[in-house]
Amino acid sequence: MFDEPVKLVLGLVTGILFGVLLQKGQVAKFQVLMGQFLLKDFTVVKIMAMAIAVGTVGVHALVSMGLAEFHIQTASLARVIVGGVLFGTGLSIFGLCPGTSVAACGEGRRDAMIGVLGMFVGAGVYVAAFEALQPMIKAMADYGKVTLPQLTSTSPWLWVGALVALIAIALAIVERLHPKRLNTKL
Amino acid sequence: MKRRLSVMVLLLLPSLTSAADFGVDATHYDGPAWSPYIVGAGIGVLSWLTFYFSDKPIGASSFYATVAGFIGRLVARRHTESLSYFQSNPPSVNWGFVFVICTILGGFIAAWTGDEIRNEWLHPMWVDRFGDSIALRGIVGFIGGVLMAFGSRLAGGCTSGHGISGTLQLNSGSWLTVIFMFIGGIATAMLLYTAL
Repeated sequence: MFDEPVKLVLGLVTGILFGVLLQKGQVAKFQVLMGQFLLKDFTVVKIMAMAIAVGTVGVHALVSMGLAEFHIQTASLARVIVGGVLFGTGLSIFGLCPGTSVAACGEGRRDAMIGVLGMFVGAGVYVAAFEALQPMIKAMADYGKVTLPQLTSTSPWLWVGALVALIAIALAIVERLHPKRLNTKL
Repeated sequence: MKRRLSVMVLLLLPSLTSAADFGVDATHYDGPAWSPYIVGAGIGVLSWLTFYFSDKPIGASSFYATVAGFIGRLVARRHTESLSYFQSNPPSVNWGFVFVICTILGGFIAAWTGDEIRNEWLHPMWVDRFGDSIALRGIVGFIGGVLMAFGSRLAGGCTSGHGISGTLQLNSGSWLTVIFMFIGGIATAMLLYTAL
């Protein structure tokens, strides 16, 4: 029922930091997330791209030194396509995502709290329907747990380097086109 | 070919130099907001820590299935424990559970220190489009939450689990998922807020 205390303390520290970063980055706000999906405010993309660029270098370094392991999810097309589209649709209806909505609860947002209740229900429905969904999932192709370097039989560092360069260029362009965020003062 | 390449580099140079101003942009934003580049880099470093210390990628969506499991146990214990999802992912007070609960706390601390505590139901953008009914906002938010959590469990992750942790591991499935998340999100947002 309970994990070891050390793991829980680590979860506590990283969870608090994650919440602080999301709130200070203004992505615990409905208008910033909707602004992203309406392509008017690029705060979400800036944060995600920067996190990916910094994260990918460090995590690949840790893995290549044998200090960490990858956690790769399977590339099942049914899960990826149906799950991804349903997720995006739900996100734009609600206005926040699973991580940012809990940070918004910390801000006191009442509508975020209701959305979180809805998410308990949605996750429960998925778990209850898990067996019944398997035929649909298995009817579509599954490419397994495969990374882009494995898929192309190339060095992961080639991908890391290219990705970081690509993100730097993309962010420079995004920053030029969308330097400011929408007004989030309420 | 070589010439075309150098033209491309020249075209990109101005944008690259503006990339150097990233840090300066922190001053662009009013009030308590931090630069998205500093926040993004912070989340990147945080993912090093979770991989190194906890052997976990950052992710939020499995939390919701865990809580659904706790509720299910209270209501129908035997049925809940017979579900095959819970046999491979038994609901417990684990790293991911504490992580998400403490994200609420982190959000509170950040909002408190920035004087941004807002015990409110509505957002100006929502009111402009759908009026000031709290009930409508509540119902729509609830439905969106149901759909989103179902989708993220089916996809196996959310904006953080796939969008940041999966993509930074160069997981092909995560990159595909993120593309479809944005397709669904942009189409729905445009339909809800700009159509008609």
